[in-house]
Amino acid sequence: MSLKKFKNPKTIGWLLLIVFLLSIQVAWAKSSAAPSKMHIMEGYLPLGWAIFWWVAAIPFWVIGFVQVRKVITEKPQQRIMLGLAGGFIFVLSALKIPSVTGSSSHPTGTGLSTILFGPFITAILGTIALIFQALLLAHGGLSTLGANSVSMAIGGPLVAYGIWLLLKGKTPTWLSVFATAFVADLATYLITTTQLALAFPDPVSGFWGSWLLFAGIFAVTQIPLAIAEGILVVLIFNALQSTASNELKELGLEGV
Amino acid sequence: MTTQTQPRTKIYSLWIIILGITAIILISAIPLFVVQDSEFGGADGLGAETVATLAPDYNPEWITNWWEPPGGETESALFALQAAIGGILIGYFFGYLRGKQKGRAEINPSPTDET
Repeated sequence: MSLKKFKNPKTIGWLLLIVFLLSIQVAWAKSSAAPSKMHIMEGYLPLGWAIFWWVAAIPFWVIGFVQVRKVITEKPQQRIMLGLAGGFIFVLSALKIPSVTGSSSHPTGTGLSTILFGPFITAILGTIALIFQALLLAHGGLSTLGANSVSMAIGGPLVAYGIWLLLKGKTPTWLSVFATAFVADLATYLITTTQLALAFPDPVSGFWGSWLLFAGIFAVTQIPLAIAEGILVVLIFNALQSTASNELKELGLEGV
Repeated sequence: MTTQTQPRTKIYSLWIIILGITAIILISAIPLFVVQDSEFGGADGLGAETVATLAPDYNPEWITNWWEPPGGETESALFALQAAIGGILIGYFFGYLRGKQKGRAEINPSPTDET
């Protein structure tokens, strides 16, 4: 039964895709060796921008907090799923994975939570992970917590949620889930790029010159990780479909 | 891993799952073999250099982390702690869900029933 699957054109397509992606990785590895990073470090935003992103994040935290409370009180069954989604963000954002550019970066893990609970609850779960890293690991910081939340916990999930709503039910489950997780990861980095470019525009070429510089640093490092994260979320979602069908149904995620 | 087929929901076979996991491992492990002259170093610190190039006058020391791990060993321990906390949550809740599903199946052999 299982071997027959390998003759399935879909499976062959998957295999080809993986081979293709790996060959891209090898090609990249030979061509570049640029650094990258995930969160903006403590102090690396001027005070004005630090405050700006804090203020921008607050409404999302408030709505997210209200939604989390609502889930906990009105759908106590979903506490399990909340814990799962939060745990997933914790694990993935702790994993620094080597990338082809010769530096390490880590996935965001926010895709799963976005699919299950939408962007606002994800804002809360993601920010918890960011606070942990800022306080205990000196990875990111308190002044930049607002900016880092806007990129990883709010902006990435928000863009990804748009993709999810767009694809849900229209493409195969694996594709909608993969695209959502992939976009959540990548959008996070593009937002970080934008935040840094806004705060540090290139003296000559301005915002866009600076943006391209930061984007060049991030994008190549992050794309392979976003792909890996996408595959992982597809597998996790699949496992949820087999073990948590009732919970998914309650979240309106049955047969998506 | 045993999977239970349910209506309208496609559960992947073990082969597809193994394939997916292999792909993830390959994506994250291949750079280790391909890029030889690198330590895959601290991503955060390196990005700071770009800022230093763009705005040489900027002083990021206007605020510093209230606490920093004294060294790489402590830092990796704390990262491992973070991953462990997340792993415990995932493992616990997945176990809970599976147990619940199994319990339901034992009480009521028809799998489509609601609690």
